[in-house]
Amino acid sequence: MHVWIKPAGVWIALLALLAATIGAAHAELGALSIALNLLIAGICIGLIGILFMNLARSSVLIRLAAASGLFWLLFLFVMTAGDYLSR
Amino acid sequence: MTDITLDRLPHVEAASLSYLTEGHTLGSWLLTTDHKRIGVLYALTITFFFFIAGAAISVVRLELVHPHGLFITDEEYNRLFTLHGVIMVWFFLVPSIPTTFGNFLLPLMIGAKDVAFPRLNLMSWYIFVAAGLVTLYALIAGGVDTGWTFYTPLSTFYANGNVIAAAAGVFIAGFSSIATGINFIATTHMLRAPGMTWTRLPLFVWAIYATSVVMVLATPVLAMSLLLIVAERWLGMPIFDPANGGDPLLFQHMFWFYSHPAVYIMILPAMGVASEVLACFARRRVFGYVAMIISLMTIAVIGFMVWGHHMFVAGQSPYANLIFSFLSFIVAVPSAIKVFNWTATLYKGSITLKAPLLYVMSFIGLFTIGGLTGLFLASVPLDIHLHATYFVVAHFHFIMVGGTVSAFFAALHFWWPKITGRMYPDAWARIGAMTTFLGFMVTFLPQFVMGYDGMPRRYHVYPEQFQPYHVISTIGAVILAVAYTLPLFYLTWSLRYGKIAGDNPWHATGLEWKTSSPPPKENFEHTPVVTEEAYFYELEGVEDNGS
Amino acid sequence: MTDASALIREPWEDFARQKEGVSFGFWIFIASEVMFFGGLFFAFAVDRYLHTQAFRIGLQHTDLTYGTINTALLMSSSFFMTAVVRGAPAGLRRTTVFGLAVCAALGVGFLITKGIEYHDDISKGLIPGAGFPLRPDATQLFFGFYWIMTGVHAIHLFVGICLVLLIETLIVLRRLPLQSPTIEIIGLYWHFVDIIWMILFPILYLLGRWP
Repeated sequence: MHVWIKPAGVWIALLALLAATIGAAHAELGALSIALNLLIAGICIGLIGILFMNLARSSVLIRLAAASGLFWLLFLFVMTAGDYLSR
Repeated sequence: MTDITLDRLPHVEAASLSYLTEGHTLGSWLLTTDHKRIGVLYALTITFFFFIAGAAISVVRLELVHPHGLFITDEEYNRLFTLHGVIMVWFFLVPSIPTTFGNFLLPLMIGAKDVAFPRLNLMSWYIFVAAGLVTLYALIAGGVDTGWTFYTPLSTFYANGNVIAAAAGVFIAGFSSIATGINFIATTHMLRAPGMTWTRLPLFVWAIYATSVVMVLATPVLAMSLLLIVAERWLGMPIFDPANGGDPLLFQHMFWFYSHPAVYIMILPAMGVASEVLACFARRRVFGYVAMIISLMTIAVIGFMVWGHHMFVAGQSPYANLIFSFLSFIVAVPSAIKVFNWTATLYKGSITLKAPLLYVMSFIGLFTIGGLTGLFLASVPLDIHLHATYFVVAHFHFIMVGGTVSAFFAALHFWWPKITGRMYPDAWARIGAMTTFLGFMVTFLPQFVMGYDGMPRRYHVYPEQFQPYHVISTIGAVILAVAYTLPLFYLTWSLRYGKIAGDNPWHATGLEWKTSSPPPKENFEHTPVVTEEAYFYELEGVEDNGS
Repeated sequence: MTDASALIREPWEDFARQKEGVSFGFWIFIASEVMFFGGLFFAFAVDRYLHTQAFRIGLQHTDLTYGTINTALLMSSSFFMTAVVRGAPAGLRRTTVFGLAVCAALGVGFLITKGIEYHDDISKGLIPGAGFPLRPDATQLFFGFYWIMTGVHAIHLFVGICLVLLIETLIVLRRLPLQSPTIEIIGLYWHFVDIIWMILFPILYLLGRWP
């Protein structure tokens, strides 16, 4: 039973966040809606990564591997943003 | 440790039981999971691709002897230099040192029995071969004329040819790269022998590790950029098409985000080789070991931040140009530190001018010239003049050929005794090394001059004023062709008639030299325990470089 | 627990270390996949920046109902997969077999829903090219990304379903021990595909849908 209980909590949280993000889009808040959508997506990803994929209990090495992909994307996004935003 | 070196005994096996003799069938090679055999398989494969791409560019160089072309059409010309670029970059240079010497040596150097995922390693090779065959077919049957850079909208709309198949082949090859990178990173982290701490690792291992990180993080972006041009060309999905609001420069951002780090994939392993060979033939530890590690990692990281210098004149904003230019200057600093440290390693060393050292000295000299000319190109105003000229062509050939290929040959001559158990005739090898250096200079130095004078790259037909440079360059190419073919002869000869090498013919440090030549399948009879630093040449009692 | 020694592969000498190594290797692969999809999201972000209004118009023509159903399906599949990844090393055979089956079923459910959605999109003419119903032209750019992004994701999901069914079969046939590191890494892959959808869903169905 124990393998189901904690994940079930996360599952319910995810479904609640799904409802919340659709609600946020419906709420017609403009830029705030968009920010909320992305924030909620980030939280969902965090929950899946940390709790479902077990990063919470993984070694430092594994957490570094996980973080490095995200970190490297920053180079691509930030430096290219520098180009497009300054044209 | 004294070695008993046997003189020429033509028909005696180099070792009674080694990775070479365990299993003689084709199946035992094609289904091997032994990293050493996989390294040999890769070596044979990339040699094949090297000569094909070399043949293509030989035709180009012969054609360029005359300003109006001699025997091929414009279309054929474009296809030939595209073939040369695609095959050389992805099927020779990127895999070169990592998949051959990296595969063979990494487990040996850290005291492990194999890489972390041996079956994945074999699969990497099969993926590589499949990708190579698909790409080769695409480039030869029908051909691709976009250049290896696949710029849009030429590649997505206007090119006639097998762009989709070629892009697919390169995409598949990317998986091989990524799988190898994953294997090497996991191996280095998790399979080091007792006592082999990170700061006792040979610099070659650090170099392969840094290269693997770059391979894993950069290659996927190339894969995506190729997927998008295939989607645009084949499925009609507008992504880079300006008619629908797309931006061709977006492709270039994605393409060069990979392709600039790719050149660091090519040079970092070469730098690792240089450190190993120099330490051995100067009988000294590498100067500034920690600085060398920091430099390797810095190059790997900052190498991801400079890609925009390929797009200075493509429509990038001036502010982005400024940032990319600045970072391109910065990335030269760790490379320069390494050159100083290599020089310092030689200083007051006890130097023996064997072939591996000659190739490494060639590497240092040519890499330095290539690197300095890179600084010219990193300067925006100069690049506006030099972009898309032969200056660029000369610059990158100095680094990739003068640099990486020289180091590849250095590695080949340094570790050949370990891999095969045989010595080659050093006199011929030194002739080869010097001929390579000469041929290289004759081929590529004139290209700097004519590029500066305005000769554009990728041009089939050119103004007559440049003909003398092209003729000299082609003469150099002939010399290079001879120099590159020469090792095929004496190395093959050595397999049967070469002197038996013994465990450590160079009296080098490093765990790979503590086992037999060629090594047994499990690498070591007993797992080594490491107590010394990486290059303990200066300790009392370490023998002089014999043979 | 007794199967562990049979699972040790050369060159590993310790099963726990091998398991750690396999996990680590797979996370490195995930980092590469992050860069792969990241490249795609990057291209999307640039083009959305350049054509914000057109992208909003395009987004308003994706079907939120299908999108929501699919998100719920994948979230749920991840839940079942988590139970599998925790249950298998604890020796819970029935949990593992049940969890994998539901996971695969939910994945198939996603693909079916997607298929229906694609059918609807095609009948609305939402394939870039001549006859595209929306204006301005950059809405075609949005839909170019829509088809490519959901397509690449669907291919990844399909591969995931195949892998889940494969290990399900091997476990049922008792050819794969429950302690095998393979189960954990297929779990990681599955969750990763779910994470990608967590990004696709807002950027293709929600952002700025109602101003």
